[in-house]
Amino acid sequence: MRRIEVSGLSAWFGANQVLHDINMVAQPRAVTAVIGPSGCGKSTFIRCLNRMHEEVPGARASGKVLFDGQDIYGPDMDPVEIRRRIGMVFQKPNPFPTMSVLDNAVAGLKLMGGGNRSWLDEQGERALRAAGLWEEVKDRLHEPGSKLSGGQQQRLCIARALAVEPEVLLMAEHCSALDAASTLRIEELIAELMDNYTVVIVTHNMQQAARVADWTMFMLSGEVVEYGPTQKIFTRPDNKRTEDYVTGRFG
Amino acid sequence: MIAVEPSLQRARVSPVRRWKNRAFTAALWAAGFLALLPLVFIAGYVLAKGVRALNLDFFTKEPAAPGQPGGGIVQSFIGTGIIVGLAVLFSVPLGIMTAVYLSEYGRGRVARSVRFVAEILLSTPSIVAGAFIWVLVVVTLGSFSALAGGIALTVLMWPIIARAAEEVLRLVPQELREGALALGVPRWRVILRIVVPTAGAGIFTAIMLAVARGLGETAPILLTALGNDFINVHPTQPTDALPLRIFNYAQSPIDQWHTIAWGGAVILLVGVLLLSITARVLSNRQLRRTR
Amino acid sequence: MSQTVLDDISRSRAPVRKRSRFGDVLFRRSSLGVAAGLIALLGLMVWVLAQNGDHVLAHFGIHFFTGRSWNPVTETYGALPFIFGTLVTSAIAIVLAVPVSVALALLINEVRLGWLRNPLTVLVDLLAAIPSVVYGLWGLFIMVPWFDHTVEPFLAETVGRIPLLGALFRGNPNGGDLLSAGVILAVMILPIVTAITREIIAIVPNELREAALALGATRYEMIRMSVLPYARGGIVGATMLGLGRALGETIAVAMVVGNGLGLGASLLRPGYTIPAVIANEFREASSIGFHRSALLALALTLMAIALVLAAMSRLLVGRTAKLLAGGGTAEGAAAPSAPAVSG
Repeated sequence: MRRIEVSGLSAWFGANQVLHDINMVAQPRAVTAVIGPSGCGKSTFIRCLNRMHEEVPGARASGKVLFDGQDIYGPDMDPVEIRRRIGMVFQKPNPFPTMSVLDNAVAGLKLMGGGNRSWLDEQGERALRAAGLWEEVKDRLHEPGSKLSGGQQQRLCIARALAVEPEVLLMAEHCSALDAASTLRIEELIAELMDNYTVVIVTHNMQQAARVADWTMFMLSGEVVEYGPTQKIFTRPDNKRTEDYVTGRFG
Repeated sequence: MIAVEPSLQRARVSPVRRWKNRAFTAALWAAGFLALLPLVFIAGYVLAKGVRALNLDFFTKEPAAPGQPGGGIVQSFIGTGIIVGLAVLFSVPLGIMTAVYLSEYGRGRVARSVRFVAEILLSTPSIVAGAFIWVLVVVTLGSFSALAGGIALTVLMWPIIARAAEEVLRLVPQELREGALALGVPRWRVILRIVVPTAGAGIFTAIMLAVARGLGETAPILLTALGNDFINVHPTQPTDALPLRIFNYAQSPIDQWHTIAWGGAVILLVGVLLLSITARVLSNRQLRRTR
Repeated sequence: MSQTVLDDISRSRAPVRKRSRFGDVLFRRSSLGVAAGLIALLGLMVWVLAQNGDHVLAHFGIHFFTGRSWNPVTETYGALPFIFGTLVTSAIAIVLAVPVSVALALLINEVRLGWLRNPLTVLVDLLAAIPSVVYGLWGLFIMVPWFDHTVEPFLAETVGRIPLLGALFRGNPNGGDLLSAGVILAVMILPIVTAITREIIAIVPNELREAALALGATRYEMIRMSVLPYARGGIVGATMLGLGRALGETIAVAMVVGNGLGLGASLLRPGYTIPAVIANEFREASSIGFHRSALLALALTLMAIALVLAAMSRLLVGRTAKLLAGGGTAEGAAAPSAPAVSG
């Protein structure tokens, strides 16, 4: 089962605690959105799910994150392995600038021990198709990844993440640097991907959360205020603060 | 669509990859160890051998005749003081004025050229500076001199002070200048009375770094001040300096002079390291304060 | 502000605008004059060296650089042994120092060191502060004897037996030689090559590192994918700067290089470098004949090479910095999506 169960997750930057005892579940074959005002800790939260948070000097986390029944923070767990199975797409597209489009897509595969060129090309095409980018770049496969437009670059990063066949896809405000058309494109993509992955997205765009997510978690100041089916969060939230946020009274 | 079941072969990080990572990290640590080894050895030997040579005579007497016991290298200390003192006298005002121009007035081609030239001068081998002053001052005036030595060191220290001081002056917040100007204080007063004093600690640190460099230089002084076995306070006569004396004594056949060379080296090393460390500590503290 | 400044202000409020403008102009012109003086200094230096070095070059022409024989008594000036020695010792220094420097830079910047990072950085910088005469003294009395008794015989026995490569390590090591000078130079240029490499590595955007890590790369793989490819140009630039420093180093080299005028393949034989010969012979170099001019021509050559290296290094480092800072984002990444959260 590819669900993620978070229990008692807390995180610090140095002495500054930014996440307080988070409990939630990310369901497989569904999209879970994390919303909240700037600084509420949603980006830190999602980075804890693939142990990227601890890469910042002085940062640490405690608590349990169960993936496939095992705690990814357990003493025997290798972050490198975890990140292959729990993939991430970042806020700002970050293709490797001097690698070609195709090489970017298969960058992760090459790390794992590659395989010959034709197999890599095949996998690259599959990943690019899955990210809905193939038609646009099939004639430009050997151009540098940085030559694509912003929206295309982001889909390239999605393709790159998909190529290593993760089980979970974490998307950290992946559309905030893109225009509306690209954003919509990617939302459609997420709807497709959801069939095969556990998807967690962080977004400051509530409409996006409402459109795309099955579950929504609302955070404030490092804590979970409310977590439940998206419909409920946006129409009949239990918590007053949630209601204030989704109706735009602050944020 | 991508296959639903993840390929089991790639579920684990291959041992080869892990091993490569570990080997690489070990190589990095090895480099760190290798780099620090000379520092430890040099400092260690210099301290161990040098301390033996230190006694009161060492600091207060002139050299005895070769083979005779006793004596010291007092003239080297005095000479270093005079030569570096002269260099500071020349290079500090020059360096600060250059820095002031670059930071307060400099825009455009002249400023860019000055910076470029400063960088060139910084990478100029010190013996070239020595040869230059040798021809310009020593040959012209007819004798080696402390003055020539001071001028040679100035060629090296001026760009160091200029560049470091410029950086410090730039850190002075613009609001400070504008506040003073808005009160009707003329620009040159603002610079001299407000900007430079505010950057004062940083400029002092820059001077420390330049002096640390000047103290340790041998080649330019060799070609300009020549050295002297006796105390000399006339800036127009050949004068001794500590690094110079170490250089000469080390290459001599006399054992006792070797010991003295170690003694000189320990004083020189400790002095230069103390200056460098102090300058660093001070500048870190200043940086923290401006934040 | 202090009282004196306030006094200044009230005094300068007096209607004498002309005086303060004069002060401003004077001050500005003076500082410009001093700054321009720096340029004049460089110009003067080049001119003086060229003027004086000209005699020997005019007389000997290209043979000054290609001649193998240097004898002030007979007025023969062929500088090849010094050029050879300078190049060889610097080459040894680069080969030894650059890999260690790059590894050290990666260690300090990329590996999790915690409290260790600061002291480590300081210690490497202290290596740069050690005066060259102290390096020379230690080299002469500690390192060279050790090399003569242990390292060099070992090298002669092992690598010296391999055909071709072995020619570098043959001979009876005794006293200073090219290898010793090269090793000391390596230690001396380590700090600056490390410092510049660290600067370059630091400019590589963190997003690239995170991209690699998020794919499940190990630290080694992340450095290979995200850091080194982009830092390459800057590392070459750092190497050039190190090379420039090695070429100009006089005192430490003069004390351990052996001061031998022969030309040969072996690194275990005494050699001579340009700065060393200038330092050793200037005292006897009178203006009669070509001796003085020859030494100054050598100084000019050294200056020219150091200048070219510094300029090329700056170009490379600057270009790499620009590439890293500006690269990665293409046209098309539009303004952030329309604000959907009202209020």
